[in-house]
Amino acid sequence: MKNIKYDQLRAMLSLTKASLKALMRNPSAVVFNLVFPLIFILVFGFIGGSSFKIDVVFEKNSDTSNHIYKELAESNTITIIKNPDYQNVFSDLEKGRIDAVINIENSPSGQQIISLKTTKASPERGSILKMIISEIVSKQNLAFTEAKTPKTELKEIEIEGRKFKTIDFILPGQLGFSLLSAGVFGTAFIFISLRQTLVLKRFFATPVKKVYIILGESLSRLIFSIFTSIIIILLGYYIFGFTLVNGFVTLLNMLILSVIALIVFLGFGFVVSGIAKNESAVPPIANLITLPQFLLAGTFFPISNFPEWLQPVSRALPLTYLNEALRKISFEGAGIFDVWKDILIMLIWGVVIYSVAVKVFKWE
Amino acid sequence: MKENIIEVKNLVKKYNSLVAVDGISFNVRVGEVFGLLGPNGAGKTTTLEIMETLRDKTSGEVFINGLSVDENQNEIKKIIGIQLQAAGFYPNLYLNELIELFAGLYNVYTDPDELLDLVDLRDKKNSKYKELSGGQKQRFSVCTTLINEPKLIFLDEPTTGLDPQARRNLWELIKRIKAKGTTIMLTTHYMDEAEILCDRVGIIDHGNIIAIDSPDNLIDDLVRSGFERPKQVKLASLEDVFINLTGHSIRDV
Repeated sequence: MKNIKYDQLRAMLSLTKASLKALMRNPSAVVFNLVFPLIFILVFGFIGGSSFKIDVVFEKNSDTSNHIYKELAESNTITIIKNPDYQNVFSDLEKGRIDAVINIENSPSGQQIISLKTTKASPERGSILKMIISEIVSKQNLAFTEAKTPKTELKEIEIEGRKFKTIDFILPGQLGFSLLSAGVFGTAFIFISLRQTLVLKRFFATPVKKVYIILGESLSRLIFSIFTSIIIILLGYYIFGFTLVNGFVTLLNMLILSVIALIVFLGFGFVVSGIAKNESAVPPIANLITLPQFLLAGTFFPISNFPEWLQPVSRALPLTYLNEALRKISFEGAGIFDVWKDILIMLIWGVVIYSVAVKVFKWE
Repeated sequence: MKENIIEVKNLVKKYNSLVAVDGISFNVRVGEVFGLLGPNGAGKTTTLEIMETLRDKTSGEVFINGLSVDENQNEIKKIIGIQLQAAGFYPNLYLNELIELFAGLYNVYTDPDELLDLVDLRDKKNSKYKELSGGQKQRFSVCTTLINEPKLIFLDEPTTGLDPQARRNLWELIKRIKAKGTTIMLTTHYMDEAEILCDRVGIIDHGNIIAIDSPDNLIDDLVRSGFERPKQVKLASLEDVFINLTGHSIRDV
């Protein structure tokens, strides 16, 4: 052992291994990362269930012979009200008796123009409808631009009346929140406790470099969170019929996004561990970071549900962008590069939060 | 004379205006047990932590096995073992896992069973550190100082808070480690402990070393100066009575 070069990576991985074992044995880590999100998914999964319907009225002179109408009519989520009371249709919309009024026109140039009128009385359904329609439209446009390709291929990219279920909204939100609390609570508690019990100091007495201690711990959290994310997604998929548009590829994209987000969220944890004097000071500070995001970042309700003055706050939170990106990936089949704007905003948060972390983080 | 494994020259450590260590110098020889004695706040732990490369010094020179603490911190860390006062261990891990963790951090390969045998804790290898008794905890702490087969180990108040049986048990362990040729630097509040364990002691107060010699010589010097104990010395102490009545066997279940 005398002249063998010291390998920081080996030191780091032994810490990762140890940390991962400890994490598995820590009931609160398992509860926060896995049980809580699953309970929420369970509750909301059953509340929503199949009773989630969007009531839609087509305007009197709307074109109903087109593909979009057919698609919407076939959807299990959407009910098209036949023979509506055209006189009062807009007051019904105002009152939330119906969720949307749609008109499809064919312009002289051959374009289809869809006007969608939704209501603040049921913004959640409105935004889901918007998602479904834009989904159909973008698929159709895609088909249009590829019109030269053989017909059979055209058929392949046609969607089969994909149903937007409550789980498709709830699960990404819960996954996002699970990652946020794992990043904030997980790291804050462990680093404070390691600091106070002088475990960190004992580590410094070995040749491992400080940065590898941080990397080793972070890596174990990443592995643990990927593991819990897979469980959440797969349970959602097999039990509640969570939509993974492109199957395994979608799952993979969600996991890549989760890793990026967790790295950002770990930064919050480092900041909390630096600010908090002891372990009992962690929950209030950590809750200050997680709770507003839990409520405002579109975890349970679409952001459009909130009053307008509140929406800019939601639009400022990093979890908002994770939740939205996760939904785009899982339901719309977006790839990781399609959600680059959301990722960019998260990364900006990452830069800010890590520059704070570097300042406030305490080793002793 | 044997060569020195620790050389401290004019070591000074200031915390703002407070002078914790005020220009001390001493050497520790290869293979000896050296005790740093002194009241609380005398600067023992600070001195120790500077030698352990865990704390920066204000001025002076410190060499460990010929390596300067200014330049060769990582080389020094590889050849020393450290037991910190009142330090814990990574939570939720079993003893053998903790040893594996440190083996990784030191980049060595070691057999946890063998190490635990050394401190009589093999049957506790699947226990967590927090489940151990006070004596077992200290023995395990000492055990972790040996993982990298160090030339020199530092023990900061290893027997504080232990009952007489557990203290004696730890003394035996320290003697066994010394017998293998490892140099030991320790701090203690217990003079009987220093007398039994240490080849030489340094007495430190207010950041200065005020005496340094073997326990025997220091006692002889004091007696020669005309010192007499106010109370008639009996042939046994109360601790002897206690040990005689309760036995040597350690009580940690």
